[in-house]
Amino acid sequence: MAKTETQGYLMQAIDATIQFGGLRAVDSVNMNITAGTIVALIGPNGAGKTTFFNLLTGIYTPTEGEILFEGRSVSGKKSHVIADWGISRTFQNIRLFKNMTALENVMVGRHVRTSSGPFAATFRTPSFKREEKQIQEDSERWLEFVGLIEHANDLASSLPYGAQRRLEIARALATEPKLICLDEPAAGMNESESADLDELILRIRDELGITVFLIEHDMKVVMNLAEYIYVLDFGKLIAEGVPAEIQSNPAVIAAYLGEGGAEALVEERRKKKAAERGEEYKPLDTHGAPAGTMAEAVQTSDTAAAAPATAVMDSDGVVMVAADENKGE
Amino acid sequence: MEFFLQLLVDGLTVGGLYALIALGFTMVYGILLMINFAHAEMFMTGGFIGYGMLNLFGNYTTIGIVSDALPFMSFLKSTQPFFTTTALGFIIMMILVFGTSAVLTGCLGMLIERFAYRPLRNSPRLCALISALGMSLFLQNFVLTFVGHRMVFPTPEFLANLDAINVFGYIFIAPIDMIIFCSALVLLFVLDRFVNKTKLGKAMRATAQDKDAAGLMGININSVIALTFFIGPALGAVAGTFFGMKYGIVTFNMGLFPGIKAFTAAVLGGIGNLRGAMLGGFLIGILEAMASGFVSISYRDVITFAVLILILIFRPGGLLGESVVEKV
Amino acid sequence: MTKKNTSTNTTASMEDAAVKGKGSAAETLFGGKAKPMFTGKLSPVKMALVGLLMVVLLLLPIYLQGMGEVLLLASFVLIGLYILLALGLNIIIGYAGMLDFGRMAFYAVGAYAAMILAIPLANLMGDNLSQFAFPFVLIGSGIVAAFVGYLLSLPVMRLRGDYLAIVTLGFGEIVRITIQNNPFNITNGLLGLPRSGDVLPWPPFFEWLRENVVLVMGNEFYFTVTRNVYWYYMILLVLIIAIIVVRRQDNSRLGRSWAAMREDEVAATAMGVNVTKAKTWAFVLGAFWGGAAGACFGFFQGSVSPEPFTFLNSVIVLAIVVIGGMGSIPGVLLGGVIIMGFPELVRWFAMNHLGGGGGDIGGQVANMRNLLLGLFMVIMMAVRTEGIIPMKPKLHKLYGKGKFGGTDGAADKAAEAAPSSKGGAN
Repeated sequence: MAKTETQGYLMQAIDATIQFGGLRAVDSVNMNITAGTIVALIGPNGAGKTTFFNLLTGIYTPTEGEILFEGRSVSGKKSHVIADWGISRTFQNIRLFKNMTALENVMVGRHVRTSSGPFAATFRTPSFKREEKQIQEDSERWLEFVGLIEHANDLASSLPYGAQRRLEIARALATEPKLICLDEPAAGMNESESADLDELILRIRDELGITVFLIEHDMKVVMNLAEYIYVLDFGKLIAEGVPAEIQSNPAVIAAYLGEGGAEALVEERRKKKAAERGEEYKPLDTHGAPAGTMAEAVQTSDTAAAAPATAVMDSDGVVMVAADENKGE
Repeated sequence: MEFFLQLLVDGLTVGGLYALIALGFTMVYGILLMINFAHAEMFMTGGFIGYGMLNLFGNYTTIGIVSDALPFMSFLKSTQPFFTTTALGFIIMMILVFGTSAVLTGCLGMLIERFAYRPLRNSPRLCALISALGMSLFLQNFVLTFVGHRMVFPTPEFLANLDAINVFGYIFIAPIDMIIFCSALVLLFVLDRFVNKTKLGKAMRATAQDKDAAGLMGININSVIALTFFIGPALGAVAGTFFGMKYGIVTFNMGLFPGIKAFTAAVLGGIGNLRGAMLGGFLIGILEAMASGFVSISYRDVITFAVLILILIFRPGGLLGESVVEKV
Repeated sequence: MTKKNTSTNTTASMEDAAVKGKGSAAETLFGGKAKPMFTGKLSPVKMALVGLLMVVLLLLPIYLQGMGEVLLLASFVLIGLYILLALGLNIIIGYAGMLDFGRMAFYAVGAYAAMILAIPLANLMGDNLSQFAFPFVLIGSGIVAAFVGYLLSLPVMRLRGDYLAIVTLGFGEIVRITIQNNPFNITNGLLGLPRSGDVLPWPPFFEWLRENVVLVMGNEFYFTVTRNVYWYYMILLVLIIAIIVVRRQDNSRLGRSWAAMREDEVAATAMGVNVTKAKTWAFVLGAFWGGAAGACFGFFQGSVSPEPFTFLNSVIVLAIVVIGGMGSIPGVLLGGVIIMGFPELVRWFAMNHLGGGGGDIGGQVANMRNLLLGLFMVIMMAVRTEGIIPMKPKLHKLYGKGKFGGTDGAADKAAEAAPSSKGGAN
């Protein structure tokens, strides 16, 4: 392993680019991830976040630049080789092995750390039996780690949504990664599920020492967990820094409010206001329940785009738009 | 050189048949991303219907049986000489034979789509493939059980009396080959115009590009797919009837080899691409003729299959197709 | 793939745990003890059923041969061969989720390899030992077919499922036509092998059994070990071995990699499954049983010629797997018995009880059967993709829900989060 170039970074992207026809889905992205940190990759929908994960895990090959993991280039390497090196991932649209049990799903994750072949399996050699037992024990423990041991023999497809997300994490952990890439782990989760998830992610880093790289839309999760944030928009890195820097970065806010992020941010703001007034927070019905919701979102985004300097995010990742403060409800 | 040109003529004739069948494969693949295995059976069914129709107009025995059962059909007895011996009669008979064969087979194709494939539209692709294979097995054995193993095609007297066309004094083109080649060209031209110039054709192209988006734009996807499953089998049926007239025989399992070769043609031209399928059909026909002429007739099919495998491996997009990246 | 110890990644508390014992990194992380494993074992009820079935299968030929039902016995041999073929195909389509429309290619390769290998081997072994050539020929033919499977797998790895189906179909036809054309005078064209003058060696103990085992009861019942009886038992034996081996391979690391690949190829490869390797093994092991079945077929018939290796027969094998249940061994067995047994049974019935012309009726029934098969495949795909007996998820007896050995309190946290996350708000 050529450690010399890595300057101590676990993962480095150097001008990583991928071009689909005329579209540069990921455009000259530079990134450094230090071992043992939790790093977030955020950006509006279609910014190229998942594509970057796909580059990192060998599903696509960068057309220009390269991505180094522990000093080795992942370009042109097959996904399973990269998994062997120690990068594992989950998927945005959960990709579990649906007709296999939860335990078998995790056991597949052990594949890369085990070695028995068809002949050992045919003759049930002692080493095969030992390894097979070890695989199952290890997998049970990973299920326990994410709190799904009760569901070990349930079909993956029969698990509730939040549990499926955690099962995907267990499966990824079973490969014993050094870097785990979580693609929107909190998507579709309710408040308490997402709080559990925060805790799980922290435990992955603190107890297992695995570096966490996550894509997330839920700003609360990002701001709670991430120690460093990269922001992608139209394939380009538009900002990076610690959460505090990102919160007050005008480019980021413009990118977010200009795109689909506005709604989420408005919701956060409403939540905060409700809390301030001691009222019960009612989630937004996007199809119009509280009148003026969409108008408000548009208004917010207009204001922010027009006067980005007045917009800041507070410590909870809630956007405060100065001009909007006195209006609203 | 003589030999080469003679082979070329053979190749173009057979190629025309392959092109006609290949269009059915490529149209269905373009829209449903599915290899319609049963399409080869459309070719076979068309051949059998063509056989029946040709006998109905030209064979006294058949006419006798039919008019015994259905007395109002007995006028066929008096029209038989007109149809089989005069040029005008022959042309009218051809139109009737091919029209019936095409329309009936087209309807069969639509029925199959409705009952065997539509329920599977959202299933994994392999399910549709197995279903199509099952449909092919069903049709073959249906014909085998209820119609017969093989049928000897009658040659209308008019056609039998025509002399081979002599070009440059040394190349001989059988009249039926000439008919096949010209008809194939006309049909291919008409289809190309239809798909590229008419509103329905535009709807088909839109559906092939993006089913959901086309649906949102107000195109009735189901009718477009049904139309595709009419046109493809209808062209296949024409090819099947021509095949019977050229080789004088139709069998229940005659679909398999021309089917695979036509599929090869569709892939060679770039599956989903109509003009590609036409080009591919003629290329495969010529390749096959050259292979049987210059290599060995017994290895002719092996060579075609080998070409298929090589194209799929090295250029799965075909000559005119493009490769597609899977979205993760 | 090498084992890697990731303890460098773990925190201090993890390293404490590592002192407890050696083993994989996860074990050092969590500690814990093992109980016997469960995978691949049958429940007692199933064991009893299988036992009963075995007794019936073992006694059946004695009864049939004793009563003179020679043809029915030959049909059972044919059913056995097709089940063996379907078991091999099941690896490819049921476990690994790929399609193979050219099963007959491996059957043919196996059968011809057996004919080609048997005669020189028998000569080499001499008159007394030549009867023991068959097991070697069987394995040898399997290996030859497996090698052909490997060669075929090399170029087709990158192909999508439906293209793979077409390529295997084409390959099947290439093999059949090539055999017919007698390249380099190897296959003897339409005449088949062995050539006139060559004689296949008897299979092990056949001559001895034929001469020494006689069972007579009354006037009706007269049993000797005929060719049909011998091959019935031989193929039953091969089938049992095949089922055990295939089950073992399925219940292993390789089997899981097939299943993962079948379920989601992208996810499987991202989780470290070498998909190319898994596909190659599926092809190779699937081809092996095709070749072994071919060798049995060749020896049972005493000769081989190109006729049986048609596309139609490949489709019938596919139908056995699809209708029986993809990925389910009981399904494949049942599918084979129904699909191959039905026309044979009708043919037998017609011949014995309807007087002459039974063969003809049998042929018509076979056509009708194929017609129904096609229809069933269509209906099956529309309403019940998983087949008559669906594949079952592999359940495991857990080694125990022992304490989470990492850090204090982690187990409690895990337990809290486990059943549902509804009440898990902090």
